[in-house]
Amino acid sequence: MTATPDQGALQRPLQMTINGEHKTLTVHPWTTLLDLLREQLDLAGTKKGCDHGQCGACTVLRDGKRINACLTLAVMCEGAELVTIEGLADGDRLHPMQQAFITQDAFQCGYCTPGQICSAVGLANEGRAHNRDDIRELMSGNLCRCGAYSNIVAAVEEALPLIKGARP
Amino acid sequence: MNSVVGTPMDRVDGAAKVTGQARYAADYPQEGLLHASVVSSTIARGRVVKVNSEKALQVPGVVAVLDHTNRPHVSSYDDDYSDDDAAEGSPFRPLFNDRVLYSSQPLALVIADTLELARYAGSLVTIEYSQQAHQSDLLAALQQTHEAPAETPEPRGDFAGHFAGADAKVDVTYLTANEHHNPMEPHASTVCYQADGSLVIHDKTQGTQNCQEYLHNIFGLPKDKLRVKAAFVGGAFGSGLRPQYQLPLAVMAALHLKRSVRLTLTRQQMFTFGYRPRTQQRLRLGVDKRGALVAIGHDAIGQTSRFEDFTEHLVEWSGMLYQCDNVALSYRLAPLDVYTPLDMRAPGAGSGVLALECAMDELASAAGLDPVELRKRNFASHNGNEGKPYSSKELLACYEQGAERFGWARRQATPGSMRDGNQRIGWGMAGGVWEAMQMKASAKASLDSTGHLTVSSATTDIGTGTYTVMTQIAADAAGIDVGKVTFKLGDSSLPTAPLQGGSFTVSSVGSAVRQACLTLRERLIERARQQRPDLASEADTAFTLENGQVKAGKHSVPLAELLAVDPQQCLEVQVEANPDDKRKPYSTATHSAVFVEVQVDDDLGTVRVTRVVSAVAAGRVVNPKTARSQILGGVVWGVGMALHEESQTDHALGRILNHNLAEYHVPVNADIGDIDVIFVEEDDRVVNALGSKGVGEIGVVGVAAAVANAIYHATGKRVREFPITLDKLI
Repeated sequence: MTATPDQGALQRPLQMTINGEHKTLTVHPWTTLLDLLREQLDLAGTKKGCDHGQCGACTVLRDGKRINACLTLAVMCEGAELVTIEGLADGDRLHPMQQAFITQDAFQCGYCTPGQICSAVGLANEGRAHNRDDIRELMSGNLCRCGAYSNIVAAVEEALPLIKGARP
Repeated sequence: MNSVVGTPMDRVDGAAKVTGQARYAADYPQEGLLHASVVSSTIARGRVVKVNSEKALQVPGVVAVLDHTNRPHVSSYDDDYSDDDAAEGSPFRPLFNDRVLYSSQPLALVIADTLELARYAGSLVTIEYSQQAHQSDLLAALQQTHEAPAETPEPRGDFAGHFAGADAKVDVTYLTANEHHNPMEPHASTVCYQADGSLVIHDKTQGTQNCQEYLHNIFGLPKDKLRVKAAFVGGAFGSGLRPQYQLPLAVMAALHLKRSVRLTLTRQQMFTFGYRPRTQQRLRLGVDKRGALVAIGHDAIGQTSRFEDFTEHLVEWSGMLYQCDNVALSYRLAPLDVYTPLDMRAPGAGSGVLALECAMDELASAAGLDPVELRKRNFASHNGNEGKPYSSKELLACYEQGAERFGWARRQATPGSMRDGNQRIGWGMAGGVWEAMQMKASAKASLDSTGHLTVSSATTDIGTGTYTVMTQIAADAAGIDVGKVTFKLGDSSLPTAPLQGGSFTVSSVGSAVRQACLTLRERLIERARQQRPDLASEADTAFTLENGQVKAGKHSVPLAELLAVDPQQCLEVQVEANPDDKRKPYSTATHSAVFVEVQVDDDLGTVRVTRVVSAVAAGRVVNPKTARSQILGGVVWGVGMALHEESQTDHALGRILNHNLAEYHVPVNADIGDIDVIFVEEDDRVVNALGSKGVGEIGVVGVAAAVANAIYHATGKRVREFPITLDKLI
């Protein structure tokens, strides 16, 4: 192989809604949703921890469902409604899950936090966490190396009743 | 004004962190930013014959490929690559020459317009090697060791004689595993190339000034052209104590191209630098009929690289935690073709106290004593290594309060005697200890005419809560409402601070912040008295600052009036705080007692830690909320050390096999049961003026041993090779 085909010619149009805002974008077919958010749209709140779907730091909500942005190609999001950590609060009013994370001190370094919060909101939408053990199990796709798990469980437990049925 | 030190305050940076506004090293956008990607060695030892980068350079959008033959000029001297946490020897010099010192060593750097292109082009770079035989297995190198260049305490008394004559004794050897820090944020540097050729760098580090000095020395750039920032650090646990190779590589690229460059390591590359080293530790403990320790021997061998002798405080703990007159400690190193180990959360104590406290549990069994009772009988009010009394040591209260909360009295002593259906229940405990150090540190306090106080120091906040606790300390010392205080950190241009590590940030930087704010308050009062004679007779304690007014008794004066004489209408104080001489006659340390319940499945050997009580004596706790989180996190680390974490090496290749988060196991949410944290009251007037000892490490120490001891209690099996995976239990 001596040369790569012209990069520009390979770009694809993409339309999606991100945090309530309609976007018309042009992306390479190999660009992940995570790199699109971080490198092209300056939505750097979504974090890259492993790039392999192993840590959950890049969790965002697509049509209300939690997904790993690193395992999702941007072109797979045509017509999707995407919510990232930057889109959860209503102006200065924090989403109940965000507030609960502060109140329960459910983070330390904060790097896994956007993914944890999006994942927890996705969990609320799923409506299948009924007790602490459920929360522990269903939040286990999001690693926290600081070890804030106990407080994450407390925060999710606190916020769940406040957001039942409300899809962000 | 009510004191805020000692109250559980929410993190001041909480809103930034839950809304995605907190920016970490790789989160800064930059006009015309280039992306770099590292090409790593596939051999463990040898020389690079040729780096073939032609194919990579043909990819449109690839800007350059750097290797040791075409990189910008760098220093060759070892001293220039040294840093505040350097080990003894010759520090690693990235892209310096053709020598390959370990597998996955960075050998080339591809720089391109986009991240995807840089990584793709990196896959096109091929490297020709001249390969040499390597050794990466500690257990194969136990005969090629040398004494560790550490200040290991001299033997005291007659260990051999008293061990031989002990009424009950154990002679046991433990193996601990290599572990990698794996902070959630990969190491990254965004180098912003300024028009004047100076560099502003967002780096993942625990010491911005350490990085600035390092770059200054190796690139010969003046310090005023190098500013290193770390406003937010996505965990580090020691991985940021030394400048890691992404920093000099990104700077090389920026200098070579005169462009801004970002280099983020992949998760796989997070396994290509420092780590907690694998150890073999032999413990020999003996007690007399009364259960008093008469002999302690602790002989450790740790792995290191061939280029540096990494040492940690591995065996000292065995000479200081308990009262014993006959102690022999030794510490040797085995050099291997691997990267140099690195301090990792509770370095030394993590592994050393693990071995000591497992051996104490085995000794309790041998002597027929309850594990708590054995420890109580051997309580030491003096540090035997130093011959000094502890400034405070409420360890007995830790044992008592921890045992009470856990329900230890209901424990049935016989192993395997407690069960719940198919689950064997085990209750184990261990003690913990960590030093309470203080380093020299500076801080600046600045009060503006609106009454807002800004305090700054070049320390970092790796998740420990530095922003928050310094805000609390400043507010109390200055007598200003905590909402009117801002603490700035993570910038090499701020007043000098030590590395953030070793649990000494509150003690060091906190002392500087306190002094700066106390002095600022004194100066403000002095000025008020000078300018307004009606305030002159008021006592210092009567002065308050609220709503832009300095008040005392019935009188008040606008702050703006008092500050009008200052050039910037603000009052500024900078101080340097040093450890007080009154510390010298004492040993200072934090302590803990950890109680653990495990469930071990009869058929599958799976272990679940269902319950942990950690009782900690760490002096005065500045913020019980964030401090509790530190201990919770430490417990999770201890569980990982006991059950999960191991960087496994394929010794045929000399390379780490499980270099990802799917195969290098860290505890997940479902692995963690209930954790109860107790801060035992401890009044220490010696350690520093805050009376606070720091809590970053103590939460880890002892936990893994308590888990192992609980597993023994559940199963009757002593597993002495960590982590205790299920294959070792069935």
